[in-house]
Amino acid sequence: MHTKSLTELAHGLRSGDFSSVELTQHFLNRIKKHQDLNAYITVTEEIAIQNAMAADARLTRGQVEPLTGIPIAQKDIFCTLDIKTSCGSKMLDNFIAPYNATVVEKFNQAGAVHLGKLNMDEFAMGSSNETSYYGAVKNPWNINTVPGGSSGGSGAAVSARLAACATGTDTGGSIRQPAAHCGITGLKPTYGRVSRYGMIAYASSLDQGGPMARSAEDAAILLQTMAGFDPKDSTSVDLSVPNYSEGLNNSLAGLRIGLPKEFFSNDLNSDMAAKLETAINEYRKLGAEVKEVSMPNLRLAIPAYYVIAPAECSANLSRFDGVRFGYRCENPVDLSDLYTRSRGEGFGKEVKRRILMGTYALSTGYYDAYYVKAQKIRRLISDDFKNALTEVDVIMGPVTPTPAFGIGEKIADPIEMYLSDIYTIAINLAGLPALSIPAGFINDLPVGLQIIGNYFTEDRLLNIAHQYQQVTDWHQHTPKGFE
Amino acid sequence: MSLTANDVTQIAHLARLGIDKQDIDSYTKDLSGILDLMTQMSELNTDNVDPMAHPMDQVQRLRVDTISEQNNREKFMSIAPQAEAGLYLVPKVIE
Repeated sequence: MHTKSLTELAHGLRSGDFSSVELTQHFLNRIKKHQDLNAYITVTEEIAIQNAMAADARLTRGQVEPLTGIPIAQKDIFCTLDIKTSCGSKMLDNFIAPYNATVVEKFNQAGAVHLGKLNMDEFAMGSSNETSYYGAVKNPWNINTVPGGSSGGSGAAVSARLAACATGTDTGGSIRQPAAHCGITGLKPTYGRVSRYGMIAYASSLDQGGPMARSAEDAAILLQTMAGFDPKDSTSVDLSVPNYSEGLNNSLAGLRIGLPKEFFSNDLNSDMAAKLETAINEYRKLGAEVKEVSMPNLRLAIPAYYVIAPAECSANLSRFDGVRFGYRCENPVDLSDLYTRSRGEGFGKEVKRRILMGTYALSTGYYDAYYVKAQKIRRLISDDFKNALTEVDVIMGPVTPTPAFGIGEKIADPIEMYLSDIYTIAINLAGLPALSIPAGFINDLPVGLQIIGNYFTEDRLLNIAHQYQQVTDWHQHTPKGFE
Repeated sequence: MSLTANDVTQIAHLARLGIDKQDIDSYTKDLSGILDLMTQMSELNTDNVDPMAHPMDQVQRLRVDTISEQNNREKFMSIAPQAEAGLYLVPKVIE
């Protein structure tokens, strides 16, 4: 049952081939069997079975939606009512969320089954899932390599079929990079497309939730439930949501693809370049035209991002003070000691590094030199994309510089780790939608192709991804031992 | 650009972030390295560029001033490290 697509699962449930309880139990058994991957922080077995029983009753009544009775899992950054919501941190190890994120509420209303909460880098800060308080997640394709981050638990769980599909969040690549490393399809929607209400904030002007699934077809179904205006999120965009599945089979004839020369420079790993070239040739066969575009300011995306994101993080994470919820240190001697030690003991090293960096960038005397400068560069990068997207419909490129790297390989060197985000973070600065689809293997590890579109063109991106998945089968490969 | 251990201690104080003494040197080294990366930004002249704070350049949306939230005080306080009689407790501030 775990090999079926969401459409096949929905059909199986409706035609009575299996019940939601059976399907849910099947996934719960797989989660138990493969718990050494460390993909889950919390498995909500009882809730899952209750959800499944309710879904079966709903199926009998005929009140079905595409996700009714389907077992899914949430990145542990989404608040879930009465369920531990840790954000991968010791700071929230004891945090039982008192409300549901809007995204979670929407899945509940759709009748989806809640399997549990997925591992992630602490507060979504990391590119390897190694900064989690709950330990590293292993990549199902090779358990000595990282699954990517920060949505590493989501990537591993979908790849190993420990959930039918999952949610992720992407601030600088945290959906696309683990999707690429785990050989699945991950979409970061346009900023404002999916509600951030109840999604624990890292960098508010960059964070965006999105689907992580086995195919573009599945991702379309997932996004359909997640997307939409939410009055509870002041940055949510009030635009109608198209039907994401409707246009999947549209022809790609005449599609204009831009390849930024800055992405395909000599710095790009030659194996990776060859895989991308093969993928882009498939698009040529499907009728697309390919041309080079230039985005000269892309090279400054990493420095700009690593000023803006830590600055926003240092402000957002000031709420964790040991007073109202979360971790509190033992025997504080005074209020200052309570704040300082609760935060010092509750946060891990990478989170502390970013809080320090952000505090510095926002402090008197440095604000203009770092923060305002980075915001100006953000404008130039965004303009580069706007200009390129007047010449072409979509931009394609790598997701990651290399396939998944080894666990422990980069964790000691933060800059080396930051550079692994080089192809993804500019998209967050601009607020554009982008997805990653499997496009082959290097040394038995999956690699991703990134497709970047104009604002609110998620439907077109999914169509372009789906057409590729009709003529290739990279997305159908399953890691050994998880068939 | 490089920072000193004193700078890092001062930044940590501004952030009310406890850092173990033995870790100060490694944070100093890491942050100095990250700041070196940031200096690449100064290569580019940005004199006439408007800073971009938000991808959509949105205007703040307003809503009607009516009560939309329920009172969940007890639920919210039930997860506090220390609370009593509807109050969050912290160490004594005023003698």
